[in-house]
Amino acid sequence: MTASESHAAVPVSRLDRGRILAWLQDYGVYAAIAALIIVNIAITPRFLSLENLRTQLVQVAPVVIVSLGMALVIGTEGVDLSVGSVMALTTAVIPLYLGYGVVPAIVAGLLGGVVVGLVNGSLVAFVGVQPIVATLALFVGGRGIALVVAGGRLKDIYDPDLLSLGSSSVLGVPLPVVIAAVLTVVVMAIVRRTTFGRRLVAIGGNRTASELSGLPVKRILLLVYVASGLLAAAAGILATARLQASDPSSLGLLMELSAITAVVVGGTPLTGGRVRVLGTVAGALLIQLVRATLIKHDLADSLAQMVQAVIILAAVYAARGRAGR
Amino acid sequence: MAEPLLQVSGIVKRFTGVLALDRVSVDLAPGEVHALVGENGAGKSTLIKVITGVYRPDEGQVSLAGRPVEFADPLDAQRAGIQAVHQEIGLVPSMSVARNLFLGREPRRRFGLIDFRAMHRDAEGTLASYGIGVDVRSPLRSVGLGAQQMIALARAVSVDARVVVMDEPTSSLEPREVDTLFGVIDRLRDQGISVIYVSHRLDELYRICDGVTVLRDGRVVHQGLLSELDRLGLVSLMLGRPVSDVRAEGVTKFSGGHDLARDTPIVEASGLTRRHVLDDVSIAIRPGEVVGLGGLLGAGRTETAKAIAGAFPLDAGRVTVAGRPLRRGSAAAAIRAGVALLPEDRKAEGIIATLSVRENIALAALPRLSRGGVVSEARIDRIVDTFIKRLRIKSAGPHQPVAELSGGNQQKVLLARWLATEPKILLLDEPTRGIDVGAKAEVQSLIDELAEDGLGVLLISADLEELVEGSDRVVVLKDGTVVGELSGGDLTEEGVMATIAANTVDGAADASHDQVEGGSG
Repeated sequence: MTASESHAAVPVSRLDRGRILAWLQDYGVYAAIAALIIVNIAITPRFLSLENLRTQLVQVAPVVIVSLGMALVIGTEGVDLSVGSVMALTTAVIPLYLGYGVVPAIVAGLLGGVVVGLVNGSLVAFVGVQPIVATLALFVGGRGIALVVAGGRLKDIYDPDLLSLGSSSVLGVPLPVVIAAVLTVVVMAIVRRTTFGRRLVAIGGNRTASELSGLPVKRILLLVYVASGLLAAAAGILATARLQASDPSSLGLLMELSAITAVVVGGTPLTGGRVRVLGTVAGALLIQLVRATLIKHDLADSLAQMVQAVIILAAVYAARGRAGR
Repeated sequence: MAEPLLQVSGIVKRFTGVLALDRVSVDLAPGEVHALVGENGAGKSTLIKVITGVYRPDEGQVSLAGRPVEFADPLDAQRAGIQAVHQEIGLVPSMSVARNLFLGREPRRRFGLIDFRAMHRDAEGTLASYGIGVDVRSPLRSVGLGAQQMIALARAVSVDARVVVMDEPTSSLEPREVDTLFGVIDRLRDQGISVIYVSHRLDELYRICDGVTVLRDGRVVHQGLLSELDRLGLVSLMLGRPVSDVRAEGVTKFSGGHDLARDTPIVEASGLTRRHVLDDVSIAIRPGEVVGLGGLLGAGRTETAKAIAGAFPLDAGRVTVAGRPLRRGSAAAAIRAGVALLPEDRKAEGIIATLSVRENIALAALPRLSRGGVVSEARIDRIVDTFIKRLRIKSAGPHQPVAELSGGNQQKVLLARWLATEPKILLLDEPTRGIDVGAKAEVQSLIDELAEDGLGVLLISADLEELVEGSDRVVVLKDGTVVGELSGGDLTEEGVMATIAANTVDGAADASHDQVEGGSG
């Protein structure tokens, strides 16, 4: 992948640099997390307290879930900008159906994500619109629809069953964290063990070759965007339960950027052809850890954003190690 | 001849160690129409790019009217009077015909406003003189491709061109439009404007061109008057095979005839037609038979193979495999029926560079290597192992990224991908191009072996020797139609070249390309 042994003309120093960058792309995120944890243990009081770990993980759970879907989309050389708006749509829909019970409300919320995914996927797969443009439409429009559906107001939610989604625990582990972990395992299994997973990666790697190899390219692209919509909707439900309110004007704001960052920092190239599920989860954790560290030490949120920017640049730079063939 | 208008001398151009042009020199007299010919990789496009200022030569000199010139960029070359009319027309489709014609030099009124009335009047006059009757106010994209090409040409010529480079100008033209184009070229000739004419259509070259330069592997292999070179000579120069070639036996790894060719055809393609590309091409392949597809670049060989594999859109025609018709335009349906296509461009259409050897091999056969959508790693391991051994794929292991393999081993990986689908018919488009000698011999003997196992094989190769020795019979294509078929004793390199060179139209101005040539060699 990098400057390989077969190219004798490549100077040794560049070859080494390519290797280092490739290693950074694959494992840099884990190294960064490890380093940050060590730093925090040293300088942050009560960092290892159970309470703190729980808070951090619960906060990051929706980001992880959205990022899983984003990783699949980016694996096909696409991008899904509409995930934040899907969360808004979900949170707007839930109060409308809570009267029928918590299950109908959740189903309705998930269906919203599926519909958005179908629209995105159809535009990309069948109409041939570029992913960034296709999903931009619902990135802008989705939140608008959500505000219309919700009547433009924040609604408090009192349904105890729904709220328990955000507050209960399984064997001491908060439910949102359990759900994020289960979904991670499911997505990992899909990528590694199913024909669908193999094919989506192949399509991202070389769409023409995939078509000539008889892969159902359009169907797979459609399904990938549906999966992303569905996962974003799931994240929206959990976030709503956590918030104990339906707030379509702010829920999921900038979520698409966090998710793309997590995916890229986790070692999945924006050019597609690879999906790193665990790396994506680690990417989300790293960003959370950076923000938490800075906030704990009373440094401004704006500084956290700048650090995030540096991490993204580092990840993109590391990705060059592979691209520069 | 008069003093040359354009003088290209001793051009050398290297790309990362590869010599693309090796001391190439061409002289163009004023008013000369000069044919530039050569097969894939001969260096034609590199030379054109040097002349039009896209590339700078590493060595050598370009002179215009006796003065040395050095172009910083294409615009610079245009200002000096060298205009290029490319296949992809560099105009603005949404603007009107007249705007396109005058882009950047519109007639102005006071305050710098465009004088539309004058512009439309002039545009109509200019186009009428070229025999184009279109509404100059309508957007460019609403007029036909042929007319667009003529407008591009008119634009190029009207900005004080001294040399016009035409790269495959007739590829999307109707016969009537070709006649108009040639009328324009004749006028350029009268005005003393020189033309570099790139085309693979021999009939056109002999109709319009004066001089000819034949390039092969970056070198000039022939230069002179076209009228002094017969068609067979031209074809043999392009393909690099001497006319009176005594065939060196045993140079390729083919064993010779497979007289196993038997039974009814396993695949029958009939009447494959696509405007400007394929015209009523029919081919049948029997099990155990290797059918070669001969012809020059642009004759429609790749398109024919792709059409059979359901990967090329057709206007008409049908393909049946084992008697059952295939759904048109579906690669997946063709693969299910047992058709496998090894594409010409290994990198762009074949390998998936981000994946391992193993994943690349398993890709097309995934449906049969999985159950209920879940892949069976054990079955993939088995099949990958089998083919790595059988095709002797040299890699550090099945998990090595395919991009790290040599060209020959990548090609074997692709062959393995297709053989894993247990195909009935293999379409091989340039299976040995760009791979080293050893791998080439292995691939050649593998093709033999597969045919003996009863596969039907379609072989496309620009290497005439490979084509003739590897095939049981060769179907020759020219300008998208079948012009002949050679088999048995007639199947020689000379025979193939003669069939390609045969004067299919008699050079008359009203000759059309869409007449169907019957074919038996």
